[in-house]
Amino acid sequence: MSLQFVVDGLLTGSMIGLGAIGVTLTYSILRFSNFAHGDFMAWGTYATLAVVSAIGAMFGKVAPIGPLSFGWPLLVALVVGMAFTALLALLLDKVLFSRLRSQGQAIIVVMASFGASMALRSLLEFTFTSRPTYFSRAIQIAMPVGFGIRITPDQIALLLLTATLVLGVHLLMTRTQTGRSMQALSQNAALARIVGIDVASVVRVTWIIGGALACVAGVMIGVLVQIRPFMGFDMLLPMFAAAILGGIGSIPGAVLGGLIIGLAEAGAVQLIGAEWRAAVSFIILMAVLFVRPIGLFGVRER
Amino acid sequence: MIDLVGYGAFFLTTALIFSLVTLGLNLQWGLTGLFNVGLAGFVAIGAYTSALLTTPDDPTRLGGFGLPILVGWIGAMVVGGIAAALTGMATLRLRSDYLAITTFGVAVVVQLVALNAQKLTGGPFGIGFIPRPFGGLAETPLLFNLSNLAVVCAVTLMAYLALEHLSRSPWGRVLRALREDERAAISLGKSARFYRVQAFAVGGAIMALAGAMQAHFTGFIAPDNYLPILTFQVWVMLIVGGSGSNRGAVIGSILVWAIWAGSGTLTSVFFPPEQQARAASLQIVAIGVMLCVILLIRPNGLFGDRPLRTRLGKRKRIDTAKSGSNG
Repeated sequence: MSLQFVVDGLLTGSMIGLGAIGVTLTYSILRFSNFAHGDFMAWGTYATLAVVSAIGAMFGKVAPIGPLSFGWPLLVALVVGMAFTALLALLLDKVLFSRLRSQGQAIIVVMASFGASMALRSLLEFTFTSRPTYFSRAIQIAMPVGFGIRITPDQIALLLLTATLVLGVHLLMTRTQTGRSMQALSQNAALARIVGIDVASVVRVTWIIGGALACVAGVMIGVLVQIRPFMGFDMLLPMFAAAILGGIGSIPGAVLGGLIIGLAEAGAVQLIGAEWRAAVSFIILMAVLFVRPIGLFGVRER
Repeated sequence: MIDLVGYGAFFLTTALIFSLVTLGLNLQWGLTGLFNVGLAGFVAIGAYTSALLTTPDDPTRLGGFGLPILVGWIGAMVVGGIAAALTGMATLRLRSDYLAITTFGVAVVVQLVALNAQKLTGGPFGIGFIPRPFGGLAETPLLFNLSNLAVVCAVTLMAYLALEHLSRSPWGRVLRALREDERAAISLGKSARFYRVQAFAVGGAIMALAGAMQAHFTGFIAPDNYLPILTFQVWVMLIVGGSGSNRGAVIGSILVWAIWAGSGTLTSVFFPPEQQARAASLQIVAIGVMLCVILLIRPNGLFGDRPLRTRLGKRKRIDTAKSGSNG
């Protein structure tokens, strides 16, 4: 068995982990599992793609940065896409989720997110058709780095980007007042209200972080694999599994869970075959639910 | 005229098979409050089980045991029920969202097995030559359609009456009590998890039966029949009809299927063939928006058990406020 699966696993794991951060935050702060999260990913990616094409139309062909397959337009577009996805999440919350939340039936919100997910995805299919598309069709040469592992410059750049973002979110959660408010709300909502935490603003920040990171994860898939309307929906089960494996509410847990699932998937692809890849997250999910339902870093719910 | 009757019979057959799935979901969600977002998986389990049991021997895959159709249907219910019971046992002691995520995973895995386990399921090409009840009548389509309709009507009616009876029985009262106030029901000595697993299993068995019946009326099944869109359709049917009401489940299914089939016909008339796929996705958008709007403005649907909900609705709100302060 070649060690290449480590690189593949880390990359898949980064995509899953970035998505799982949003899932775990929504779950712990807004208390529902958001089935539309995968579609935030897809919408963010298509938005980024649209901005890239718009920049391309305005400035002509831009040379890629160094050995990477993309130039500054993708970076600018990514920032715009992140803002767009955050706005989309905020909008959906305002129109749908917040109203149902105020009725106090958590599981109805899950149902609504399922309906919204279906509608969002089909809207993408309607606008862009289900044909896959790409940021760049250029083929990168993978560099050997020893132990039989090969890696492309894009992959290195995206792994670094993931590490930076995860560190940033972790610092935000642990070192800033906003982050502490978020933790307080997830641990004890009533008490958090009593001490005067602005719930509405915490909810906003939650959607902004979740939406923006979903967009980054989607663009990573777009750069390394391909862009399809179903790209986010197919990530839903791995993301849920990663969030539960890491422990609901824990950001390091979500990322670690994502990496574990990514590595397990990549290993399974080598050992059993790519067609069974999606079953890996399910098996891990079931194992966690049977053995340790609070996950690696979770706290027992009261 | 004859064509119209034939089409009507075909339409109603499909709608009633849907309503059977919806009845199963109503037992799980409407009566017991268990959230199943992978019901397409349970329908598929039923369809494949029955197909394996009843088709003639096929050297390229397992079985084809050539058993009678009735054996296939019973087998489908047993396997579907066991699958649902296992899912329930794994997750029902945890938060309700975990059940949702797990059922979602079940559907994904069933879809994978259907696609990839060629030896068992025939892979992407599916299973053909599934025996049809009254297959001898296939020369006269009208008679064939009407006899199919009669069978589906009978089975749906039986399921409906059985579920009505169950929901009024002591067993059904326990389920409702658990849904409305779990702590009170447990304090009366009812094991919440045990009753819920039972309800989830019976619901899964009904869904599997519906899948098996569908398989035997079309004579052919493939993994594409059991995509998440099926789960979504059935949920819309239940929410429109009103969860908690078996009558609502049946009427909601027929109504939503009429809207679905009708808008499908409209798009095939008004859109050129190369735009059909896009038009179909617009259809899903419309239904998805409809689901969200109903949840927002009329969460009880057409026939939801309203008196119960409004009275308990208030208590529920206080309840959530209380549980909010606990956790």
